Amino acid sequence: MTNPVTVTAPAGTPFIDVTRDFDAPPDAVYRAWSEPELVARWLGPRRYEMVIEEYDVRTGGSWAYAHTAGDEAYGFRGVFHDVTPGESITQTFEFAGAPGHVSLETATFSDLGDNRSRVSIHSVYQSIEARDAMVDSGMEGGMTEGFERLDEVLSA
Amino acid sequence: MANTSTVTDDIALGTALDSAFLALADPVRRAIIARLSRGSATVNELAEPFAITKQAVSRHIQVLEAAGLITRTREGQRRPCHLDPAALERLTSWIDGYRLAAESQFRQLDAVLASLPEQTPQ
Repeated sequence: MTNPVTVTAPAGTPFIDVTRDFDAPPDAVYRAWSEPELVARWLGPRRYEMVIEEYDVRTGGSWAYAHTAGDEAYGFRGVFHDVTPGESITQTFEFAGAPGHVSLETATFSDLGDNRSRVSIHSVYQSIEARDAMVDSGMEGGMTEGFERLDEVLSA
Repeated sequence: MANTSTVTDDIALGTALDSAFLALADPVRRAIIARLSRGSATVNELAEPFAITKQAVSRHIQVLEAAGLITRTREGQRRPCHLDPAALERLTSWIDGYRLAAESQFRQLDAVLASLPEQTPQ
């Protein structure tokens, strides 16, 4: 498997940490993370369409998008609290289905040389329970994705 | 002629996997499994996050029990549900679902990056 993602959710903390390397230079990865047309093409589960309302990646900019599938629509929004172009993005994150549960995420972009980069995302939830609920939702979603991918493999 | 007991074992395993997958083909049941992977709970505790009736949650729990994914014990007045340890091995662990979702997303990002025009060397 190329470039596996590492995810940790340490017990007793309200954190989720994600690290992923990419076979692309850091400025390309940062572009894909900050230009709305590119973000719409990868952010979120494959089974949803991504509808971006706004995505203004600069210090103080706002963002809002929805994941949609048929009648389902899941909205998310926040602000970019601090942006150092090419290096880091710190933003708030709120799911419309759980108003008031705002988390804080910082993504940092680093150069591994050889046209490769690393993105590290540190997410902080308002409580351990909120962090656990996020991992739970990922588990359900991930299991669905996992089974769908298993289906694809099995039907090949 | 094929060894009969081997064929029977395969059918039994296939049926068990079918019922486990079918049991999980429901978002409420997946949420129940997710909650039980963090620790045992009673029907009341499991029903709490959902807008559906406690009876509906009980029916979901029966389906999960029939699929061998959860067991129930009696502790005085309480009848807590437990994620079956063997089933836990077969299913992805608690964090892996989140990891799978993240992986799927980053593979899409890989495809986006591969589609960008060549960067000029720095």
